[in-house]
Amino acid sequence: MNKLLDLFLTFARIGGLTFGGGYAMLPMLQKEVVEKRGWASEEELMDYYAIGQCTPGIIAVNTATFVGQKTAGIAGGIIATLGVVFPSLIIITIIAAFIQNFSDLAIVQNAFAGIRVCVCVLIFNAVVKLWKKSVIDKPTLAVFLVVFAGSAFFNLSPILFVILAAVAGILLKNKEVQAK
Amino acid sequence: MMIYLQLFFEFFKAGLFAIGGGMATLPFLYDISDKTGWFTYGQLADMVAISESTPGPIGVNMATYVGFTTAGIPGSVIATLGLITPSIIIILIIAGFLKAFKDNKYVQHAFYGLRPASTGLIAAAGFSVFALIMFHKDAYAASGNILDLVSIPNLVLLAVLYYFTAVCKKTKGLHPVVFIAASAVIGIIFQFGGV
Repeated sequence: MNKLLDLFLTFARIGGLTFGGGYAMLPMLQKEVVEKRGWASEEELMDYYAIGQCTPGIIAVNTATFVGQKTAGIAGGIIATLGVVFPSLIIITIIAAFIQNFSDLAIVQNAFAGIRVCVCVLIFNAVVKLWKKSVIDKPTLAVFLVVFAGSAFFNLSPILFVILAAVAGILLKNKEVQAK
Repeated sequence: MMIYLQLFFEFFKAGLFAIGGGMATLPFLYDISDKTGWFTYGQLADMVAISESTPGPIGVNMATYVGFTTAGIPGSVIATLGLITPSIIIILIIAGFLKAFKDNKYVQHAFYGLRPASTGLIAAAGFSVFALIMFHKDAYAASGNILDLVSIPNLVLLAVLYYFTAVCKKTKGLHPVVFIAASAVIGIIFQFGGV
């Protein structure tokens, strides 16, 4: 029972103290999970992280489930995951309620009009970063262009593209293997 | 009751199909906006800004925010649970055969296609924000003046922010919250909202 509580509190602290999730969370995980508590080794953590990126869902959530499961079984996996999302729930709900109440104020509207421009730039920068790792040759460029055009101009469901892209990846690589 | 079920289901789908962390849930949120009209593209952009400026994983923050906007506090809890449920199920299943999963040929090949697709989806979501803030079709239709079609102040701010976030070596490593706060101040001083 104490272990579950410890898992919850540790992951709540990790969730509450890291800005940005994903990679920003790694140093915090190393300190809390590997060094302080020995719940996983450095290599295991890197494995969880790598697989967390290659499975659906949020990387931070996936990693929390892995560490929790390893430490205290299925209940541990669930508790650690609830811990990592707990601070978000509290903080965001408070901010959202606050903004909802003040959204009619001119100052809030002007601030968000400026912020939207910034969001546009931040998304663009994120895309550039992902592009370098994902668009590595002609076939992957083709996948990118088809998905971008299909999603931006035809309003098709992202699920459709995810399924088709997984199938395309398997077929393209199979062809490559056979050609060798 | 129906809206809670629908909220859970929509975020369950996002959690199941969004691959590559944080921003990868964004295209799904746009899809939800298209289908349900629970929130606008503009509101979504605001949620992205808040989610980047507060602690916690961005994807989780956005789910909480969308859930709250749609159905209050129960909505924020339900959307977040919907988002993480597929992760918990999938990870608990593959935790048993970790190495086999990671080294599996088909998994690796699928990701060869999935990674650029995920990038394309996020780029399309970014394009929606870009189109929303840059082009004012209504103003153009009302005045017939082509200069009203493109928002010049937004374009200038966009270029300046791009310089400081991606080009200038001194500032590009700074946390996004710095740029978001600066944009808010600029928006207030120059009345970007037009009010």
